[in-house]
Amino acid sequence: MSAALTLTDLSKTFPVGRGVFGAPKATVKAVHPITLTVAQGETLGIVGESGCGKSTLARMLVGLLEPTTGTIEIDGAALDNADPALFGKRIQYVFQDPISSLNPRKTIRQIIEAPLIHLHGMDRAQRTRRIAEIFASVNLREEFLDRYPHEFSGGQAQRIGIARALAAQASILILDEPVSALDVSVQAQVLNLLADLKRELGLTYLFISHDLAVVEAVSDRIAVLYFGSVVELGPAEDIFRAPRHPYTKLLADSAPVVGRPLTAPEGRETELPDPLNPPKGCAFAARCPRASDRCRAEVPVLERQGAVDVACFHPLVAGEE
Amino acid sequence: MIGFLKLLARNRLALAGGIVLFLVVVLALVTPLLPLAEPNVTNTSARFLRPFSDGALMGTDHLGRDLLSRLLWGTRLSLAVGFAAAVVAATLGAAIGIIAGFYGGRTDNLIMRGVDMLMAFPYILLALAIVAALGPGLFNALIAVAAVNVPFFARNIRGITVGIAHKEFVDAARLAGLSNTKIILTEILPNVVPVIVIAMSTTIGWMILETAGLSFLGLGSQPPQADLGSMLGEARSALITNPHTSVVPGLMILIIVMAINLLGDGVRDALDPRLKSGALSRPMASTMVRRQGPVPEPEGKGLLEVQELQTQFHVRDRNYRAVGGVSLHVKPGECLGIIGESGSGKSVTVLSVMGLVASPPGVITGGAVRYDGADLIGAPYRKLREMRGRNVAYIFQDPQATLHPLYRVGDQLKEAIRAHHGIGRDEGRARAIELLKAVRIPNPEQRLTDFPHEMSGGMRQRVGIAMALANDPDIIIADEPTTALDVTVQAQILSLLDDLRRSRGLAIVFITHDFGVVGQLCDRVAVMYAGRIVEEGPTQAVLEAPTHPYTARLMACVPELGGGKRRLEAIPGLPPVVDNLPMGCAFADRCDRVQADCRKGEIVLERQGARAVRCLHPVTPLTEAAE
Repeated sequence: MSAALTLTDLSKTFPVGRGVFGAPKATVKAVHPITLTVAQGETLGIVGESGCGKSTLARMLVGLLEPTTGTIEIDGAALDNADPALFGKRIQYVFQDPISSLNPRKTIRQIIEAPLIHLHGMDRAQRTRRIAEIFASVNLREEFLDRYPHEFSGGQAQRIGIARALAAQASILILDEPVSALDVSVQAQVLNLLADLKRELGLTYLFISHDLAVVEAVSDRIAVLYFGSVVELGPAEDIFRAPRHPYTKLLADSAPVVGRPLTAPEGRETELPDPLNPPKGCAFAARCPRASDRCRAEVPVLERQGAVDVACFHPLVAGEE
Repeated sequence: MIGFLKLLARNRLALAGGIVLFLVVVLALVTPLLPLAEPNVTNTSARFLRPFSDGALMGTDHLGRDLLSRLLWGTRLSLAVGFAAAVVAATLGAAIGIIAGFYGGRTDNLIMRGVDMLMAFPYILLALAIVAALGPGLFNALIAVAAVNVPFFARNIRGITVGIAHKEFVDAARLAGLSNTKIILTEILPNVVPVIVIAMSTTIGWMILETAGLSFLGLGSQPPQADLGSMLGEARSALITNPHTSVVPGLMILIIVMAINLLGDGVRDALDPRLKSGALSRPMASTMVRRQGPVPEPEGKGLLEVQELQTQFHVRDRNYRAVGGVSLHVKPGECLGIIGESGSGKSVTVLSVMGLVASPPGVITGGAVRYDGADLIGAPYRKLREMRGRNVAYIFQDPQATLHPLYRVGDQLKEAIRAHHGIGRDEGRARAIELLKAVRIPNPEQRLTDFPHEMSGGMRQRVGIAMALANDPDIIIADEPTTALDVTVQAQILSLLDDLRRSRGLAIVFITHDFGVVGQLCDRVAVMYAGRIVEEGPTQAVLEAPTHPYTARLMACVPELGGGKRRLEAIPGLPPVVDNLPMGCAFADRCDRVQADCRKGEIVLERQGARAVRCLHPVTPLTEAAE
């Protein structure tokens, strides 16, 4: 399988507290250098809690944010940051909040036509044909085209958002929490639609979510993000069943599962590390039951261990409690 | 557009202003066609004629010119200049504001500091300086008035643009290949136009006044040309001897500015989305009650007993039956879960308990809510208020929205206690620390002085729970308290709630859409669909053998951790809207077990032991499931 998307040392640092002309007072590393490869036709799930940098990563991938370091390669060709339209044709984004991602003062037709006009320069007849095709593939009726976004339910609006992303004819879709604003019965409809589209159109997905069960159900591989770094990366069926990184285990144990007694996996209240004043060693060390002095002094790097990559000095062994 | 006009017409004062302004504008427009005397022809022999004299309806001025004619021509000019100044100021101001707000950063900083400098001058001085530099004349006065008003528009529009520029649809447009100019013109501008119109409608009267002011000082229109300001200026010397020469233009200014301001306020109220959503109509302190039919007899099932509760929303001619006959009960130390999708009526049900549904439009139309046997529906507000927080406390989904952003959490906790107990400062502080300890917040002494925004989401929700516990309630109603939280934090909050109910014997009603949460926390569960309970029973039993097809399908379409990659069993279609419920079962259209009898008549909630189901063709027969 060839690589659809390759990230090399991609990172993002935000300046904090800049004056009118002066240099920034401090910096926050939202995403530490990440190197990742996503294969053609693969779904890579990215999980992590709020503030772990998953949205920053997604916005860099589609060119909405400029990376501080590193490169993005699509199908072997490096992306040029200068031309946003070039990004749009190769990689597209589906937003979390379906309603606010649609301009309330435009009709659905105007919204879907925008990428056709600006990215592909299609004439009216071509556009009509293409829109009919796209709407058929996301199960929307064409009579919706002349309505405004507020007339749609969350599930329908998310289909429209997906249709817009498809219209750009990009082969890679970044799905940023695409179902977390939807009701559970509608969630499944949208997830199944995404699976069908991927099969029919040969798409590659990056599926970002905080919902472990949803990510596990749709992904081939999963990357666990903590404090801006990938701490574990492996096949979806293994990663929560046999977690190697203590943080992955904490996530898996925290997810409410029917039939499992209610316990707080962390006894005491633990605060997340402060981004303005990051810890010296492993960011998870303060919360980790297995942390040693080495963990507090040295940052572990992502290393292959069996089928998974783990960034931990004392990973759990499969089957160990 | 028609909706906007209707809203505007409902405002009597705005309507009156609109009519007056319309008449004035029409008069000004038809002035050249009217059989009037020449406005600038002097006739010193007929100076200072009184109003209603022959040939001069409103009299004449100090040069014997016809006042009526001058008034109409002057009004025409003043209106035109004022309107032109408003359009120029709005266009320039909006352009500056949009550019500053859209590009942000240094561009924004430079532009806005420039605007601030303009605003630092008193407006009349600035206008005088501009006219002094350009020389007197109506056109220069127009420029001065427009320039003075540009900062107002720029600041206003910039604020709105900053909000819009960070919306997701702008990102989406960028990904669709639109350039910055296109984004400004097609994405931002249409969303800003209503604000520009509002700002214009409220300032145009002001600009007419300013133009008149400059003309009054002799810096605007030059003799013999008449505008309202210069007419006043020329009449100044005869103010005592011949007051009519100044009263006539003065009255006209008053009428025009009054009419424009009244209309402008009306336009603002009708266009402003915040006012449209009902900010002007304050909800009542407790939900309106209009019970039809008899009140159910108490059954003594639990501490809190909801019987056949019906709550509706009356919006114009529509009647949304949000809760259509719900019965629930919960005992001390018990946790009842209510599961349902948005619009299923689960939140409205629990808000009705303490009369917290906003009225209008909410109305409780039937049933009873019994606390310890006594019916609370229709209870006087004083009684409800006494019970809120003391007997029944709520925890809401978003602690960011329920905590006041400007008060320290400690003060908010103390206020919650003081609402029911008269306690002193020190005692209040001690009690607040105790509460924060109870919800396991580390360093409670220091945390007391934190503002809500200084805490993490999980911490804020702990404070929300502490507030609910402040007066030792017997019942806690938690409306999706963990939906906005991360999983690791959710696990902590859930185990905290579980400990609290065991140690304090609390009865908990827990609303959620997550079967995993229900399975871990709740003793019994009720599943709601379209305003009614469709299935009820002990959690374990319901999750193992659901009887209602909706429960079974809902469980199947939620992925469970540990299942690996798979296709989900989606439920086709959408839940029905509760203002137009179908006959029979509300789930019939989405159900794969539907038969003809499902759509005929009322389907009752059938009980068998602890289980209950509202279905004619259940997945598992009720008798079997109840065993």
